[in-house]
Amino acid sequence: MSILPQLVFAAVLVAAIWRFSKKARTIARNIHLGKAQNRRDNPSARRANMLRVAFGQSKMQARPVAGVLHFIVYTAFLIINIEVLEIIVDGLFGTHRFFAPVLGSAYPFIIGFFEILAVLTVVAVVIFWWRRNVAKLDRFHKPEMKGWAFTDANNILYIEVALMFALLNMNAVESLLSGGHEAFIISSRIAPLWSGLSEGALHLLERGFWWVHIVGILAFLNYLPYSKHFHIILAFPNTYYANLKAKGQFENNAAVTKEVALMMDPNADPFAAPDADAEAPVERFGAKDATDLSWINIMNAYTCTECGRCTSECPANLTGKKLSPRKIMMDTRDRIEEIGQNMDANGETFKEDGKSLLGHYITPEEIWACTSCNACVQACPVDIDPLNIIMKLRNYATMEESSAPSELNAMMTNVENNGAPWPFSQMDRANWTSE
Amino acid sequence: MSTLHVPTLAQMTAEGKAPEVLFWVGCAGSFDDRAKKITKAFAKILQHVGVSFAVLGTEEGCTGDPAKRAGNEFLFQMQAMMNIQVLNGYEVKHIVTTCPHCFNTLKNEYPELGGNYTVEHHSQFLNGLLKAGRLKIEGGQFRGKKITFHDPCYLGRANGEYEAPRELLEKLDVELREMRRCKQNGLCCGAGGAQMFKEAEKGTAEINHVRADEALETKAEIVVAGCPFCNTMLTDGVKNREKEAEVQVLDLAEMIALAEEL
Repeated sequence: MSILPQLVFAAVLVAAIWRFSKKARTIARNIHLGKAQNRRDNPSARRANMLRVAFGQSKMQARPVAGVLHFIVYTAFLIINIEVLEIIVDGLFGTHRFFAPVLGSAYPFIIGFFEILAVLTVVAVVIFWWRRNVAKLDRFHKPEMKGWAFTDANNILYIEVALMFALLNMNAVESLLSGGHEAFIISSRIAPLWSGLSEGALHLLERGFWWVHIVGILAFLNYLPYSKHFHIILAFPNTYYANLKAKGQFENNAAVTKEVALMMDPNADPFAAPDADAEAPVERFGAKDATDLSWINIMNAYTCTECGRCTSECPANLTGKKLSPRKIMMDTRDRIEEIGQNMDANGETFKEDGKSLLGHYITPEEIWACTSCNACVQACPVDIDPLNIIMKLRNYATMEESSAPSELNAMMTNVENNGAPWPFSQMDRANWTSE
Repeated sequence: MSTLHVPTLAQMTAEGKAPEVLFWVGCAGSFDDRAKKITKAFAKILQHVGVSFAVLGTEEGCTGDPAKRAGNEFLFQMQAMMNIQVLNGYEVKHIVTTCPHCFNTLKNEYPELGGNYTVEHHSQFLNGLLKAGRLKIEGGQFRGKKITFHDPCYLGRANGEYEAPRELLEKLDVELREMRRCKQNGLCCGAGGAQMFKEAEKGTAEINHVRADEALETKAEIVVAGCPFCNTMLTDGVKNREKEAEVQVLDLAEMIALAEEL
């Protein structure tokens, strides 16, 4: 037997993995363009959160229809990958169904189980497609879902159906070739489709489906980094590094703490020479561009699967405002991708392009519509925190640009002057006791 | 006009006494006419139960919550440091507040700046009194009334407290009707994140109107809130539907004070 198919297979496999890892490294680099943030505390609670939310899909089930359907596709993905292992072994060593003799009588059961999952996946995917394209669920048709976001979502569904189709038909032809010896629960029922063909044609067809299935999987792997489907990988680290503190606790800005402490210290010398380390460029307060965000914000953006649960729960979006937490995440990803490509083209250094996340992607109108209610954070099935980004953008707008809405500036002036958001004297605070 | 005789912490300290708990009144509770009723109702309950408490009075200042949510970390930390100096100066250990925004900020955002206290929302504090047998609630005038509870974002999602207010309401023998969106899926009233102090961005509806409609859908006779800002927003939303004659918006503390005829 010719060794050529094995060589071709090995070459395709290596190329696919090499290309994927190259792109994955680029994404890792982009994520680390964000600022450092330590989320390594409490590893056992982090592992538990990852197991519950990512592996166990706990937050997906808040919406049972999508939750159950997604669970089917997810389980099928995890389990059918065991068959991919066999395909890789067969491809590299020129064996045919390597695990069949090893597993003996258990083999048809296992493959049969995979086939049932494959059929369930097709059913789930068809329902997903229907929800998106026919029922037109509102959250799939928000303004940010036009263009690539919409195409991408459907592409994933088409690829999944194609992969399951190839898998089932490969097994179907197998059952014909083996004269019913290798007959699996689902594929043996679709075998009659191909029954009129000669043995030579069947052999060719079986190989054809085999190649379509595995090359399809490898192609899909390389599609992931360009797609929202990348969440199948990043959901795990993203939930591991999720915020485990009370959602109401917004981050403390340590740089500000230092300045405030200095201001309130009666012994501080306002004309003191700056510290030796003050040579470092002054960091801006808050975030203007994607690189001012933390690496966790950027990982959040790459993890987003654009399901829109956040947006559909957002009180601002529900009442027709421009703010959409999903768009905040998509904009962050688009901008960091743009910065990354800029660096790729300019020898790893960023060439100023006159753009920024706040202004060119996200408008002030969006960030000022947020009520900080945490509904988006609660809704996200993979623990993404759009609110944290919105607050960092507000920090920049208020502290660096003084561009907060004028009523808020008035409110802040009151707080500063009389310790309340309204212009009432602090001396009148206890008047209620005698009114 | 009745004087409540609420001591300030300064007075108590001068007399060499220390209260069981500091009542953090908050800006709305101090200055907003509607919220002041909540403040008084809560103070009356504390007096009725015999909890020794004090307020900071003129020494209290905004926690900085609206400044922080408006992006002004600097102003927030200035406020926080001033308040922490006062609180630590009096060696305050235990704080209760009727405002979930003050509650969240004092509880979660002050520790990193040096302010470490046991902080409770009044629903939690009252529930504690109830469990300790110090507070006894009878259904009174609310027995059998249809009511719905609006979860304040900064008590619920922000701090995971959904049960304390509901347990108190249960004691009033009311018929609690949950809104479609409740507890962790509760819809914001529209005031958080410093929205209270500005006009909403352009949209198709007002958030508080939508939320009030959800409350009215339950056919509740009373909409209960646990936050002075939610209270304002929902009251406005109920008025928007011209239902203010049939549907009241009340705070938990007011419910208990009314039931106990305080």
